[in-house]
Amino acid sequence: MVSTTQDSTARSGLAAGPNLASPSRGSPLDDRAEPAEGRDASAATATRSDNSTRSARSRDETFVEFIDVEKMYGDFQAVKRLRLTVGRGEFLTFLGPSGSGKTTTLNMLAGFERPSQGVITLAGKSVDRLPPYERNIGMVFQNYALFPHMSVEQNVAFPLSVRKTPKADIAPRVRRALEMVRLEQFKHRKPAQLSGGQQQRVALARALVFEPTLVLMDEPLGALDKKLREHMQIELKQIHEMLGVTMVCVTHDQTEALTMSDRVAVFDHGAVVQIGTPHGLYNEPATEFVASFIGENNALDGVVESVGAGQCLVALPGGLKATALSIGDIRPGGPVRLTIRPERIALSAGGGPTDNSHQATVDDRIYHGDHQRLLARLANGQVLTVKVGPEMAAATNETVDLFWSSTDCRAFPASAVADGNQPSIGRAS
Amino acid sequence: MSSIALPRLRTRDQRESLRPFALATPLLLLLFFSFGAPIAALLSRAVYEPTIANALPRAIAALKQDSGAGVPDEPVFLAFAADLKEAQAQGSVQEFAKSLNTRLSGARSQVLRIARNAGQEQATSKEAMIKASPLLGEPRFWAAIREGANRFTSFFLLSAFDLRWTDQGTIGAVPADQAVFVRVFGRTFLIATVVTLSTLALAFPLAYLMTNLRPAIAGIVLVLVLLPFWTSILVRTAAWTVILQKYGLLNDLLLWLGLTSQRLELMYSRTGLIIAMTHIQLPFTLLPIYSVMRSVPPSQLRAAQSLGAQPFTAFWRVYLPQVMPGVLAGCLLTFILCLGYYITPVLIGGASDQLISNFIANYVNAELNWEMAAALSFVLLASTLGLYVTMTRFFGLDLFKMG
Repeated sequence: MVSTTQDSTARSGLAAGPNLASPSRGSPLDDRAEPAEGRDASAATATRSDNSTRSARSRDETFVEFIDVEKMYGDFQAVKRLRLTVGRGEFLTFLGPSGSGKTTTLNMLAGFERPSQGVITLAGKSVDRLPPYERNIGMVFQNYALFPHMSVEQNVAFPLSVRKTPKADIAPRVRRALEMVRLEQFKHRKPAQLSGGQQQRVALARALVFEPTLVLMDEPLGALDKKLREHMQIELKQIHEMLGVTMVCVTHDQTEALTMSDRVAVFDHGAVVQIGTPHGLYNEPATEFVASFIGENNALDGVVESVGAGQCLVALPGGLKATALSIGDIRPGGPVRLTIRPERIALSAGGGPTDNSHQATVDDRIYHGDHQRLLARLANGQVLTVKVGPEMAAATNETVDLFWSSTDCRAFPASAVADGNQPSIGRAS
Repeated sequence: MSSIALPRLRTRDQRESLRPFALATPLLLLLFFSFGAPIAALLSRAVYEPTIANALPRAIAALKQDSGAGVPDEPVFLAFAADLKEAQAQGSVQEFAKSLNTRLSGARSQVLRIARNAGQEQATSKEAMIKASPLLGEPRFWAAIREGANRFTSFFLLSAFDLRWTDQGTIGAVPADQAVFVRVFGRTFLIATVVTLSTLALAFPLAYLMTNLRPAIAGIVLVLVLLPFWTSILVRTAAWTVILQKYGLLNDLLLWLGLTSQRLELMYSRTGLIIAMTHIQLPFTLLPIYSVMRSVPPSQLRAAQSLGAQPFTAFWRVYLPQVMPGVLAGCLLTFILCLGYYITPVLIGGASDQLISNFIANYVNAELNWEMAAALSFVLLASTLGLYVTMTRFFGLDLFKMG
């Protein structure tokens, strides 16, 4: 494994010991889940390409496969014709808003739900008729589902004792599992006497102690506060790399998905709309939904004027024009939505191709500590969020020039905008 | 700093912890005057019985001078006659005769006759008195008097266990034909146990079903369970009379289904009593179980299964221990309530199915022997409290925490 910027951050976070609340050991990413700031773009790209080589290697061997799986609840189609593979040793995340079918998919894999159609295979064998307790899948539940009447030690020993593991083997394996999550001094406590983060780690130890080949996690960090969540993201990733176990995680938190996963499958309305590496999803979203769901994006509505080689010229209201990459079915005269990341808009023309430039006035400036956001109003009244450095000083109502490259601006057919998932700037995650 | 701040904090804490008590004062006073004090006063009658001692001050003083057991010497007889004469004049002789009668069956009429005679003529001698009423010549009469001389007595409590002080001063069993209470207590506990287990067998699956039903349907089932709960126990018992009697609904149904070939005697039988009590007690067992089951998240069983536990193992090792407090609370509640059942055994049970409450009621209402009623009540109360303490000690169950 090539050590990268992010990995070394992760290690230092772990080396900090059990002090999970330490504020300096957070995610390498900021709270708004921008995976890489403009100035770090090249480093981040390097990281991701390392990861994708590794993923490509491990994905050679398919471990879990969903073959045309569907799930109906009465007339409601919860999961639509799902085809998906998980490689051995891969960390795959199902990301999507609530009700998008990701948890149902996970439950079908765990054996709590049966597919209405299609087959799920595990290591090449169909698990259709296999009850949950024979699948040998470790699972971490949303609220951990620790057994309140058992001590930490008994909780972790549970999967071993129901497997009739010899008593002499149980104790050392439980000890190793608790050492892995650094909780061996708490083994006699009851779950209720532990903090949320400690409970989470007990649940993880319990799901790993019987050495399952696959570990499922349903919103594993959802109940933790932000600092702890960021720390646990790194810790989970570390454990995954250490054990080489295949992990499938469900989350609605895009930060979690981007930081932990080898690949992310984005769910919407019961279907996977895009699957790829975090880097790929962030930088090359295939649909307008993915563009708005992952990270922050500015959205501009317009009409296509002309279409060129992979690019199009879009007329915005008020006589402005912009060039953008054509994604999907872009035709002249059709309505489109342009998306552009706040960090891809520059205030100076220097450094890289910037074939779009517009004048704007500063409506407001929001200070975030490590960066600032300008709310820049274009001549036609549309407001763009621009991410700038912490030192940048711009007064309200000052006129600025905005530059961006047409390769950073993506044009999606407006009809592809799913209703109810109206994109918004700074979408909460 | 802290050493100064601490005491001040503590007094403030104390003051704050007293405030809820101040708010509850009216209730506490009501409980004390209408519940605690009367019960204490009544129960004290089980051990405090001063009637005989009050009626015979001279005879008891003379008995103390007298030597040995058995029939005393003449001075005691003369003192006894004087005491009776005064009691007759004061009108307290009836009370004394009744009190003596509880210890010595049949003593009442003889004592009243002696008292009448004592009022008319001067008592002459021991022999004359024994001749007039032979009871005075028997040692057991004087044993009863000697016992009654003590204002505090263990007679009634011992009687509640079919025990008594023998003439030799040791504790022994009462004659077999008088022994009744041990059998009644045994029957009470037996019926309470059977009813508790019956309600558990019905309530546990029902509570589990209700937990897993959709909320709307579970609500309807809950109303159906509670509906009888909202009608008077007397009405329900009467309804069971209609159902259980020889030409009643249940016998009609059993015959029609061909399950029985002749009509069963369900009324005035133990079977009928247990059926009716089980029905009445079902909500008491069900509700604590249901409330605890609802608090166990469904993910617990899923987690157990995903970790490799087969359904039965998951139920046994994960589910049951978590619902056990509810099961114990429900059973304890039903068991304790069953111990005190009165109206249902009276109306549905047979003569051999009467529980301890019926005997207590009989002593209070018919025989006017409140001492015996108090003693039986005390044993019932003590065994109930003992059961509760045992449950809380050994099973860590706390009814107050159950809510």
